[in-house]
Amino acid sequence: MNLAIRDVEYRFGTFVLTAFGVGLLLATVMAMGGIYRGIVEDGLSLVRAPRADLWVVQKDTNGPFAESSRIPDDLYKVIRAVPGVREASPVSFQSLQFEYASKLIRVQIVGYRPGNLGAPPAVAGGRPIVASRYEMVIDRKAGIPIGAQLPSGRIIFTVVGLTEGIVSSSGDPAAYISLQDAQELQFLKASEAVRNERARLQADLKANPMLAGVPAESLSEILQNTNLANAILVKLDAGAVPEEVTRRIEQWNHYRAMTTADQEALLAKTVIEKPRQQLLLFRIILMAVSTVIIALIIYTMTMEKTRDIATLKIIGAPNTKIGGLILQESLALGLLGYGFGAVLINLTYQYFPRRVAIMAFDQYVLLGIVVVICVLASFIGIRRALNVDATIAMGGGA
Amino acid sequence: MTAIAAEGVMKVFGQGDSQVVALKEANISVEPGELVALMGPSGSGKTTLVRALSLIDPPTRGHIAVGDDVVFEGERVLTDDRRMRRERMGIIFQAYNLIPFLTAAENVALVLTLNGVSKREAMKRTNKLLSRLDLAPRADTYPATLSGGEQQRVAVARAVVNDPAVILADEPTGALDTERGKAVMDLLRQLGREQHTAVIVVTHDERMIEGFDRVYHMTDGRITNH
Repeated sequence: MNLAIRDVEYRFGTFVLTAFGVGLLLATVMAMGGIYRGIVEDGLSLVRAPRADLWVVQKDTNGPFAESSRIPDDLYKVIRAVPGVREASPVSFQSLQFEYASKLIRVQIVGYRPGNLGAPPAVAGGRPIVASRYEMVIDRKAGIPIGAQLPSGRIIFTVVGLTEGIVSSSGDPAAYISLQDAQELQFLKASEAVRNERARLQADLKANPMLAGVPAESLSEILQNTNLANAILVKLDAGAVPEEVTRRIEQWNHYRAMTTADQEALLAKTVIEKPRQQLLLFRIILMAVSTVIIALIIYTMTMEKTRDIATLKIIGAPNTKIGGLILQESLALGLLGYGFGAVLINLTYQYFPRRVAIMAFDQYVLLGIVVVICVLASFIGIRRALNVDATIAMGGGA
Repeated sequence: MTAIAAEGVMKVFGQGDSQVVALKEANISVEPGELVALMGPSGSGKTTLVRALSLIDPPTRGHIAVGDDVVFEGERVLTDDRRMRRERMGIIFQAYNLIPFLTAAENVALVLTLNGVSKREAMKRTNKLLSRLDLAPRADTYPATLSGGEQQRVAVARAVVNDPAVILADEPTGALDTERGKAVMDLLRQLGREQHTAVIVVTHDERMIEGFDRVYHMTDGRITNH
């Protein structure tokens, strides 16, 4: 006769409600795990999307995701000539905010040369960019449909396609536009700023006797250079040695070449690491809280059965029977709670504002942890049960 | 051969100045099938003696034997007390103490399954016993919905289902009215005789001991006469 099953059946409603409470707690743990994974996946999705072998960036910088990196966009022509390079193309990255349907939508702009490296790996709806100006492919997460018109500065973009699951490390959806549009957005100054800069330049020229006669208008065109990119993406020939290509590119002194793996590692270390550690710490705290709560529930369940345990001792039930009752109930509570949590998170994860990546491996690990927690928690209850004085079942009197 | 015998049993609670001697050289011996009452005022040591005999709360000193086996000698317990209780004793409480999450039948069958009897066989024997005690219609009922009399009859069934050598009943009629109390005592007497079981009943109600073979009186921890 299994006492744990009979006890659970007897107080089924209470037990299920308690397990549901544990399930909510475990769902939060699963969500935190999913967000933790999601941050890593999101953070790396932009790096992985172009499937480049190398990223050429400004020397002494860590690339476009970690630091500011500015290089001439025509550098790709020179890099293309390096032995082992099959393809090279400039890209730019910047954060931008659009207003759409009275909502402000923050996106991660990716500027690239249509038809070249840097394009989204797949278009889930619509078509890729084919025109050199004013077209945009945006991630579904932005909630903007194909055909939408998005004004930004002097440009009005038309959404022609949608991607799936490409976001920045901060969770903003990616928006792909042509490099020319991106350069205009990133580097072209507003008319007022140009006028102010020109006036300041004119004042500086006047102050210099050698340049006093030079009109500022003739220099400002040169100074307002928008032909910049944040990185050059490189695809290598099959059989090319990345280290060798990197060495050749870095010989030009002012550029640094990083493999995609380097870029991922750097991104993980610099941009993602802190939120990752924060979430990891939060997960650990949540697990500790779960352990305490499950232990308290088991302890309370044991306390409620003190008299019954005393009776069991008097009628001769061995400690294994009494301990088994508590251990099995503890495991049943944890596993049912885990089940509730898993169902809950699987039904709701897609509604979270940031990506919640529920991985089977993480779920199995959590299941293992829950089992361990339940066993540990049951020890407190079992200890309490084994210390129950059997005489309390007989009441007072002498 | 006696079913249970105790000699020179002492029980001391506390130490030093706060020491209380609850049992003083108590001697008791009960034959198989014998029905014995343990009477005395509150605090006289009746329950302490039952606890000592069942090794639920072993004595401080003394000698206790169940059948031919010495289970307590000097100051030491010489047996696995729980095994002894589940195999050789039936214990009945004033407050019935049925396990609330088991049905009446399961409460009774539990003792058998603890002794290694299969659940199927245990339920078979239990249902037979409950039918005899007119409890068959209540077999699948949880204790909370049984009357006090029914609960105590289930408790009696639990105590006797394993054919124990000794039944120890601590105020089994204390929570029942006279009529139901007498019915429970009749049942104990009948089952004790049939199963050849020694029955020791703690009570302070003289109306309940009609037909008992012997009556032990206790005062201040001593058995004064029998």
